[in-house]
Amino acid sequence: MPEINTHIDESMLDGFTRLVTQEAIEGKTMLLNMGPQHPSTHGVLRLLLELDGEFVVNVIPDIGFLHTGVEKHMEYKTFEKAVVMTDRLDYLNNIGNNLVYCLAVEKLVDLDVPPRAQAIRVILTELQRIASHLVWLGTHALDLAAMSVFLYCFREREMILDIMEMCSGQRMMTSYFRPGGLWRDVPVEFEDAVRQFLRIFPARIDEYEALLTKNPLFIERTKHIGVLSAEDAMRWGVTGPSLRASGVAHDLRKVRPYSGYEQYEFDIPTHTDGDTYARYLVRMEEMRQSVRIVQQALDKLPYGPTRSNNRKFVPPPRSELGHSMEAVIHHFKLFTEGFPAPKGAVYVAVESPRGELGVYLEGDGGPKPYRIHWRTPSFANLQVLKLLAKGHLVADLVALIGTIDIVLGDVDR
Amino acid sequence: MGEHLQKAVQALQERFGATTSQFRDEVSVFLQADQIVEACELLRNEFEFEMLEDETAVDYWPEETPRFHVVYQIYSYKHNERICLRVPLNGNNPSLPSIEGVYPNANWYEREVYDMFGIHYEGHSDLRRILMPHDWEGHPLRKDYPLGHEEIMFSFNFDEINARKRYATE
Amino acid sequence: MGVEQKLGNMGIVTAKLEDVVNWARTKAMWPMLFGLACCAIEMMAAQASNYDMSRFGMELMRASPRQSDLMIVAGRVSRKMAPVLRRLYDQMPDPKWVIAMGDCSSCGGVFNNYAIVPGVDEVVPVDVYVAGCPPRPEGLIHGILTLHEKVRGQKLRDWA
Repeated sequence: MPEINTHIDESMLDGFTRLVTQEAIEGKTMLLNMGPQHPSTHGVLRLLLELDGEFVVNVIPDIGFLHTGVEKHMEYKTFEKAVVMTDRLDYLNNIGNNLVYCLAVEKLVDLDVPPRAQAIRVILTELQRIASHLVWLGTHALDLAAMSVFLYCFREREMILDIMEMCSGQRMMTSYFRPGGLWRDVPVEFEDAVRQFLRIFPARIDEYEALLTKNPLFIERTKHIGVLSAEDAMRWGVTGPSLRASGVAHDLRKVRPYSGYEQYEFDIPTHTDGDTYARYLVRMEEMRQSVRIVQQALDKLPYGPTRSNNRKFVPPPRSELGHSMEAVIHHFKLFTEGFPAPKGAVYVAVESPRGELGVYLEGDGGPKPYRIHWRTPSFANLQVLKLLAKGHLVADLVALIGTIDIVLGDVDR
Repeated sequence: MGEHLQKAVQALQERFGATTSQFRDEVSVFLQADQIVEACELLRNEFEFEMLEDETAVDYWPEETPRFHVVYQIYSYKHNERICLRVPLNGNNPSLPSIEGVYPNANWYEREVYDMFGIHYEGHSDLRRILMPHDWEGHPLRKDYPLGHEEIMFSFNFDEINARKRYATE
Repeated sequence: MGVEQKLGNMGIVTAKLEDVVNWARTKAMWPMLFGLACCAIEMMAAQASNYDMSRFGMELMRASPRQSDLMIVAGRVSRKMAPVLRRLYDQMPDPKWVIAMGDCSSCGGVFNNYAIVPGVDEVVPVDVYVAGCPPRPEGLIHGILTLHEKVRGQKLRDWA
């Protein structure tokens, strides 16, 4: 028998040698590199797998391939200009990033938001949640070899993107929420477009479910795969649908309501199995609940201004600039200097489609954030991949990366 | 401040002599570096703060004492309360004990703080860079680290910048 | 088209080799399935139902660089990713083309900082730049058609 070369090149491992077991170094188990360019890693995630035959012994994630330096860069922008940076973090939940950042700034400087702006924020955030879940569903099903679901999901997602474009002029990077309210009021055709979407969408969810929920192939690939107990989920800081699928009914929209979520009636879907299939069911139900919230918010949508009237923080409307010197001065000051924030730190968290999205924002008396830190759900949830994957087949890893629903922009920031 | 949070803060004050501050209904408790593990154990075991939500650091350069604050956000599912712990650290190469033994998900957060600020954690199981390449020099989120931007090209300085810009070849 | 009528029974068409090869290259240019950031979502949208890139012979996204002709750099390239990107490019067989999709990969976009490569042309030679943050799927399709035009204009001596 020829001698097998089991020597592992040190440079190939980038300092991973300490992490793999002795068996891997001796060549009894196999080390396999997955990513950063791999169709099922949902971006540029690199995983170092230790395999015993087809079974996963250990997963060592290597992240940072999409590190953008957003936190550092935001320190160089004024509070209003930094909104643009927030969109590009979690690029499936742009509106949600705007929301949490604006809430943090509003809390830091103690700024009010008019009720109409709050209601529109809720509508758009929930639409974005649906859009994000649609991308998740499409790609997750695609990973498990169901091509048509992907096409259907993107068909409905286009409707939501059209609504976003109608409001803000951009499909994805909207930057629509600003500290103190919205960039401007929604256009007149907004309500019709949303109602049209609400009319169509519930039947479309049934359509996806008809394709997947009772599909034996899908069930085979997802049931009892990657079981996460409630205890582990809480210990490891897992939030969002993954936590709720493990049986913990924790949703920040309910327990710590923000932006007027307390006015709307909705349920928190939970499941007790904690496997990939349960997480699928929870997300499907969440889309239905989002439809409910949008419906209520749209029915109760109040009239009024969409931006705070506090001139120290919010620029005056265009109409005032023509005849008020004071308005011109405020406008000039706000766009050249920005508004100062007091010395102090706040932490605000919202429920993003992936889990708890938090912002730690610190002001130092100047017009720029002194320190901003994003507590992103994908970063926290990705840590449990190791727990989920142990003992499963390599093919199941594809389902597991899909089920924790990571966005690499969110992980690496 | 809720009743449960009040009790927890009081216990931290009595046990560790911690000082507190309040800003917009958020409570911060200031602790010494060597107390942090015990404080987290106290919060988790006696006050049901089960989840470490976030751990990060702030750089107050050019201030030296303290230069850094390490900030922990700890959350209780049962009582729906959040507490913020802050640990001031002096000097340019500070270190503090890791709380990985109490909250396992601190692993990645601490690696991130190490990567971005160069704060060392004692007793951490795997302290490597997490976001930057493993051979990167410097710690980007320190205030004395430059943003590192490239000069923007306009028509008047295009030739000058273009001459020193590197372009890839086949 | 009328080609059939002109053919008669001979079954022979005369054309320049250049034209035939370039035509063939544009009609089945397989892009690499390689998404980086936000633009990758728009690239997926361009592949999906509403925009349907398969109209241009691009329904196959190849996961392996060895099977692909076109690299669409969809999104920001970080300093950590740049060597990987170059390695993927080197693995692609000739002839190969690169589209820098979006502002970040064209020039760094809003992220002009320590972590992002200011323009992917530092790493790989780029044929077509598509502006937008992210570009709409129509924008990407326009970029691809521009590339097709470029390929159709190539001369035999360029390949040597």
